Amino acid sequence: MFLITCPFCGEREQSEFKAGGEAHIVRPKQPTELSDDEWAEYLFMRKNIKGIQFERWNHVHGCRKWFNMVRDTSNDQIKAVYKMGEKPPVK
Amino acid sequence: MSNNLRFKTSKFIDETYRVSFKFNNKTYFGFKGDTLASALLANGIHLVGRSFKYHRPRGIMTTGSEEPNAIIQLHDNSSRTEPNVRATEVEIYEGLVASSQNCWPNVNFDIGGINNLLSPILPAGFYYKTFMWPASFWEKYEYFIRKSAGLGKSPKVADPDIYEHKYIHCDVLVIGAGISGIMAAKMAAKNGFKTLLVDEKSYLGGSSIYDNSEFSKINNQITSSWLEKEINEISKIENLEIKTRTSVAAFHGYNFLLARENLTDHLPINQRENKVRQRLLKIRAKKVITATGSIERPLIFDNNDRPGIMLSSAIKKYIDLYGVACGENNILFTNNDTAYETAMSLIQRGIKINAIIDIREQIDSKISYEVEKNNIKIYKGYSVVDTYGYRRINKISIMKLSKDGQTVIGDKIKLNCDCLGISGGWTPAVHLFTQSGGKLKFREEDQVFIPNVYPSDQISIGSCNGDFGLDEIIKNTLSSIKKFLDIDNSEYKAVETISGLNQSKRNIWLLPSDKSIGKTKSFVDYQNDATAKDIKLALREGFRSIEHVKRYTTTGMGTDQGKLGNMHALGIISETAGTKMGEHGTTTFRPPYTPLTFGTIVGRNVGEFFDIFRRTPIHDWHVANNAEFENVGQWKRAWYYPKDNENMHQAVQRESKAARDSAGILDASTLGKIDIQGTDSSEFLNRVYTNAWSKLAVGKCRYGLMLNEDGMVYDDGVTTRLGENHYIMTTTTGGAANVLGKLEDYLQTEWPELDVYLSSVTDHYATISVCGPNSKKIVSKVIPDLDLSDEKFPHMSFKNAKIDNIKCRVMRISFTGEHSYEINIQANFGKSVWEKCMEAGKDFNITPYGTETMHLLRAEKGFIIVGQDTDATLTPIDLQMDWIVSKKKYDFIGKRSLYRSDTIREDRKQLVGLLTENPEEVLEEGAQIVADIKKSPIEMLGHVTSSYYSPNLKKSIALGVVKGGKNMLGQKLIIPMENKNINVTVADPVFLDKEGERLNAKL
Ligand SMILES: [Zn+2]
Repeated sequence: MFLITCPFCGEREQSEFKAGGEAHIVRPKQPTELSDDEWAEYLFMRKNIKGIQFERWNHVHGCRKWFNMVRDTSNDQIKAVYKMGEKPPVK
Repeated sequence: MSNNLRFKTSKFIDETYRVSFKFNNKTYFGFKGDTLASALLANGIHLVGRSFKYHRPRGIMTTGSEEPNAIIQLHDNSSRTEPNVRATEVEIYEGLVASSQNCWPNVNFDIGGINNLLSPILPAGFYYKTFMWPASFWEKYEYFIRKSAGLGKSPKVADPDIYEHKYIHCDVLVIGAGISGIMAAKMAAKNGFKTLLVDEKSYLGGSSIYDNSEFSKINNQITSSWLEKEINEISKIENLEIKTRTSVAAFHGYNFLLARENLTDHLPINQRENKVRQRLLKIRAKKVITATGSIERPLIFDNNDRPGIMLSSAIKKYIDLYGVACGENNILFTNNDTAYETAMSLIQRGIKINAIIDIREQIDSKISYEVEKNNIKIYKGYSVVDTYGYRRINKISIMKLSKDGQTVIGDKIKLNCDCLGISGGWTPAVHLFTQSGGKLKFREEDQVFIPNVYPSDQISIGSCNGDFGLDEIIKNTLSSIKKFLDIDNSEYKAVETISGLNQSKRNIWLLPSDKSIGKTKSFVDYQNDATAKDIKLALREGFRSIEHVKRYTTTGMGTDQGKLGNMHALGIISETAGTKMGEHGTTTFRPPYTPLTFGTIVGRNVGEFFDIFRRTPIHDWHVANNAEFENVGQWKRAWYYPKDNENMHQAVQRESKAARDSAGILDASTLGKIDIQGTDSSEFLNRVYTNAWSKLAVGKCRYGLMLNEDGMVYDDGVTTRLGENHYIMTTTTGGAANVLGKLEDYLQTEWPELDVYLSSVTDHYATISVCGPNSKKIVSKVIPDLDLSDEKFPHMSFKNAKIDNIKCRVMRISFTGEHSYEINIQANFGKSVWEKCMEAGKDFNITPYGTETMHLLRAEKGFIIVGQDTDATLTPIDLQMDWIVSKKKYDFIGKRSLYRSDTIREDRKQLVGLLTENPEEVLEEGAQIVADIKKSPIEMLGHVTSSYYSPNLKKSIALGVVKGGKNMLGQKLIIPMENKNINVTVADPVFLDKEGERLNAKL
């Protein structure tokens, strides 16, 4: 079980959190302008990487804030956590 | 009973404290300090169970958690019964009752033993190959297989014991209190680390604590004496917590570990009352030191499973620690020096050793010379080729090994014995290390897997790290702990060790036989009866991956997870396939290390604490008035209120009729309520609902439909504008938490620029809905100051009011199609307001109704229930709710998806009404809907989602989803049921009062 550092609360057990899928997928500002394929790309297509992955997490049983995490999915090492809207601190 | 098996030599056994216990209905005696296994052995009992597949007689093999054979049932037929318990781990207590498993009628005569004779036709994968065809026969086979196979019996009544969970945070966790674990714990604690030391045994010191041999000394003291002083010292260190009888079950990532602390299992049953039996420790450690030791390997040869065949180290421990001789005519069979330690322990007590069979040609160690000096015959370069004796070993035959160890040569020599100790060297207990994600490496010299890459801040020390010699263990423990903890002071001055053992070993995974492999039964996994022959067969049949071989042969799949034989399975595979060890991978050790009872896993979360019940503020009234309850999420909701001897149908018919004829009252407190404030609240609602919200006047209510981004209906409910920048949103009962989460997600991630604040207020308000033609009269009696005229208080509007000076919100909204009011009041006044309404409604036959009637009433009106009529595959268009989808709004969640090529298909499943040909016939919810029953296969068009008998319409009504249903109005369809086909006609989903005359009637 991970020990996750919430950017707002600090270290907490994984059981307080909820994973929210891939990070940095921005909802299109003008969905009506998009073709079916472009909209489907936003809606359905997600990476499932073995290695460094950018993910959304929610401190759902804590401060309820969403934040981003950089995680190596091959060994579950959490490389960084950062607030929504911030740039990823590692590549 | 043999009296000469017990030796008064052990300080672990209290001979003044006799303990009586029952095994297979017979009473025996042991002493305090005994395990069930040691007590049975002291009584001359080796045969304790039957094997899983062949029902072969099996005896005690080991002294610990690795035991594959001595698996017993505790307290059969009592509430405290527990199956699959290792006799080697049970500390005896007065009144202990144990029985053999997997045998019928008893362990000495077992009918299943016939499988042993049938074994030529019971090869690996036998069950898969035979009983899977024809598939329809499986049920019959299964009955017999389950009866004759299978381990213990599960308890039939609730567990009377108490269990609990506890979190522990420490700087350093040391797993295993053997010599290296104790040293590590002392070094950590004395250097200021908050340290926890755990061990699965009841005592500290591991196998060194009974090492009284002259051949291994520390600082010129007998090992056990040196260690006793160490234990005495660490027990006084303040920041060191020591827990015995505590077995680490799981080692997860980020140094999170689960351990089971056993608190009462060693006590007589009558001393366990009101005490916690076991505690599940949830440990988060900054650093973990694994010192779990090693497990002796058996040797794999023909008939290596008879009762009386034991690990050599077990024989040593039984005599040294428990003072019990396992046999009176012993033979030891080994490939390394440790068996000579066992020999010395036996020699010292004058217990007879007939011979030592050593597969090594050359043996060169002080201890072996000492054994030879005692006139023990050592057969060097020999191997055991067979054993004899059905319920107990009585003889072995040995032959000379060829130089390459591939065959046996020369004459067969027969030797008598009643106990055979075997030693194939040692396997580091790396189970927890691999559970944590650690990677192993294979060490060629002595054929062991040892830790290589650590995935977290942890280290393995001692023999679980592949350090077997006393000297090596101490030296490496000191240096690696110093480095691991980054400390200068090791707490130890120079430690000198002496050992009479050599680490030389001759490794042969499968010992050769004079018979062909097909005629041998060389057990690799004792518990699952997997033999070397089975593994070879699996390889011949094309299996290569260890994970596949394991599943096909069931090697390592018992409750012991193959702690003894897994290495041999790997060895035999690589020898047979001609590959290197490790190339086929190692099997994955999964938690728990030893089985856990369900009680430990669930802890206090049993009975009413299993899941939280949420009760409305009016709950007690429902209970007092005979309500039946329905679970909706965690809520207990009143389902219906049977009167006299009414069944559910009768009650619901009465309630439904009363609600439309006069007045009904519903506890709607469970509906989700979200308070929305902020200057952008209207804009926010515009974005999350399909319809428009900007023009909703203060004091008005509106129904809203919420979609997922994929266009599918997610939730619905009425939202009321309380003020310019203030709304209260209601959600479905089950959707409340998820809707709040979803709204927060969008606010925080997509639209952080919006000035909107959300608070869940579901529990803060009680909601009472009064409906029906007399609802207005009733509410006017309860709130006389409120003007209920249609002009002042029209449908879909809201008013602040007061009941007995308590503020409340009243909405005129309706889920039944009747004139109705919803009173929202601070939760703790809910019950008294409900009672006021009941009192006020007395003259109008006000009838409390539950969720079932609510469902019926709304179905008459064709109102959907999200989650019942929808299943995340329906758009508002599919639901024929086009009217609620704004065409003007530029965007809202899910809008773009409503005209994807897939969502605009005409043949999507769409919501329709269904009327049965026979109006008395009520459809089953979930039933399939078809058009043509002659076509094969029959095309499924959809299914029934809601179905009721309507007392107000006096006919059966149903809602369902049907492919292309929108354009099928009036069309005949068929509901095929088990015994009949029901004819239905597609109808408008609004069955009652489509024009809304009831809702708008002047009252
Ligand atoms: Zn937080």
